[in-house]
Amino acid sequence: MTATFQPEELLISTIADMLDGLGHVAIGASSPIPGGAALLARARSGGSLRVSMLGSEDHNAFTNGGTELFDCAAQGRIDAFFLGGGQIDGAANINLVGIGDYPQTKVRFPGSFGSAYLYFLVPRVILFREEHTPRVLVPKVDFISAPGTSAPDVYRPGGPYALVTGRCVFDFDKAQARFRLKSVHPGHTVEEVADMTGFDCDQPDRVGETPAPAAETLELIRGRVADEIAETYPAFAARVFNNTASAA
Amino acid sequence: MLDDIDALAARVPDGAKVALPPDYSGCAMAAVRALIKRGVRDLHLIGVPSVGFQGDMLIGAGCVATLETAAVTIGEYGLAPCFTRAIKAGTIKMIDGTCPAIHAGLQAAEKGIPFMPVRGIVGSDLLEQRDDWMVGNDPFGDDQGPLVLVKAITPDVTLIHAPLADRHGNAWIGVRREMMVMAHAAKTTLVTFDKLYDGDLLADAEMAAGTIPALYIGGLTQVENGAWPVGLFGAYPADDTHLRAYMEMARTEEGFQAYVNANVLDRKAAE
Repeated sequence: MTATFQPEELLISTIADMLDGLGHVAIGASSPIPGGAALLARARSGGSLRVSMLGSEDHNAFTNGGTELFDCAAQGRIDAFFLGGGQIDGAANINLVGIGDYPQTKVRFPGSFGSAYLYFLVPRVILFREEHTPRVLVPKVDFISAPGTSAPDVYRPGGPYALVTGRCVFDFDKAQARFRLKSVHPGHTVEEVADMTGFDCDQPDRVGETPAPAAETLELIRGRVADEIAETYPAFAARVFNNTASAA
Repeated sequence: MLDDIDALAARVPDGAKVALPPDYSGCAMAAVRALIKRGVRDLHLIGVPSVGFQGDMLIGAGCVATLETAAVTIGEYGLAPCFTRAIKAGTIKMIDGTCPAIHAGLQAAEKGIPFMPVRGIVGSDLLEQRDDWMVGNDPFGDDQGPLVLVKAITPDVTLIHAPLADRHGNAWIGVRREMMVMAHAAKTTLVTFDKLYDGDLLADAEMAAGTIPALYIGGLTQVENGAWPVGLFGAYPADDTHLRAYMEMARTEEGFQAYVNANVLDRKAAE
C-alpha cells in the first residue's frame, strides 16, 4: 500500500533522486523545495553530500561571504544548483526579470540573481517551477536572464539537466535544445501536461508516472528534513509539515 | 562614534551611491528609517548582490532614483510591493545585474583596478542593457571564449548593521564577509551595531578575522535591534508578524504611507 503524500513531498523526493551520488549541491534564494530535496539527498548519502544553502546559518559552510558560491561554481566545486523562472521557454531560456517590454515591464519578477552565471558553470542545473501553466512555460521568454544553450565558443561546462514542475518532469536534450517529457506526477495526465505547456517538446510514446515517495523517504522528509528546512524557510515548514521547530 | 542615528543618516548625501546587503546579512533598518525621515533623495542603491525590505522601503518613500541589483527579494513574503509599483510606473531607473558581476565590480574597486572579468553572462539579455559591461577575451590566449568585463563599482557609502563594534571604531561582521568587500570597495562605510564590544576587536585573533577595521569606517552608532524588523544573523530572527503587516499595508501607496507614518515618522511608537 502506498502512503498518502503531499505534492511538496513528491517534488522533494523526485528532485532528491536527481542528486543522489553527487558531492556538493548549492541552493539559492527562495527555494524551499529544492532545499528540502538537497537535505533529503544528504540524509540518504550517509554524509557524503555537501549542501550549501543560501540564507541558512546551519547548512552553509561558506566563510567568504556572498562571493564564495560563485567562485566555487567557476572552479567546478558545485555539482548541482536550482533555477526557476517567471517564464521558461522550450529552449530552456529563463526569464527572472519581467513580462512585457523591458525595463517598464507590466509584470516585474525579483531579478536574475546569479542565473546568468551559474547556468553556465554548474553541470547539473535543475529547473524548478511549481506552477505549470502556459503563462510560465512559454514558446519564447520576453527577457533572457540566462540562455538554455550557448554557442560552441562560450565556456559552458554547465546547463539545464531537467525541468521539474507541479505536474511532471522533463529531461533536456542539449544537442536539440529541447525538453522531452519524462514522467507525469501521480494524479496528472499526459493530455493535461500538453494542454498546460506553452512550448513544443518531445513526447515519447509511453510516458511513465513519477515514482511516489517510499514510506522511509516520507519519514525522512517529515522528520529530519522538515526540522532542517524550518531554519531557513519557517513559513514553508509550518505550512507543509506543521513544523514550528524554528519558533522554539 | 556618532551621537545617534540621525547624525549617521546625515552622512548620506542626496544622490549618493549606497551599497546595501540582502536581508539575510546585516541590514541597517533603523538607519533606513532615519534616512526616510530625513527625506533623502535621488539615491543610487546597489544591492549586494540583492536587496530586500531596505530597498522596498526606500523606493516606496521616494528616496531612490536608480536601483542597481541582481534582484529585489523579500524571501517568503512575496514580491516587493513598492519596487513592483515603481517599475510599473517607471519612476526609478533600473539597472539589472547578476550576483557575481556585482561582487566582481566591488572586488575591482577594492583592488583599485578598473574592471574585473566574469564568466557566463554571454547570451543573456542583461548584457545588452549594460554600458558598464563589455565582452572581451583572455589577453594571454589560454581561454578561447568570450569573457564579460565588468566595470569597477565604487559606492559612495556602504551602509550596514553589525552585531558588535568597539570604541576604536571597528565593527564585527563574523562570517558575513560580503560586507567586508562592500566596506573595502566603498569610499566610506557607515555602521549601526547592536552591542558595544568592551575591548579591541582587532586585539583578539578570533574576532579580528571577522572584523571590518576602523580604517574603512566613517561613522558608527549603536542601535540595539538595529536590523529590526529584518533579522540579524546569529542574533535574532525576523519579526514575522511585523513584516506580514508591512506586506499587507504596502500593497497600496496609501497603505505604505500609513506604515511610514506609524513606524518611521512617529519613531517612538515603533522602537
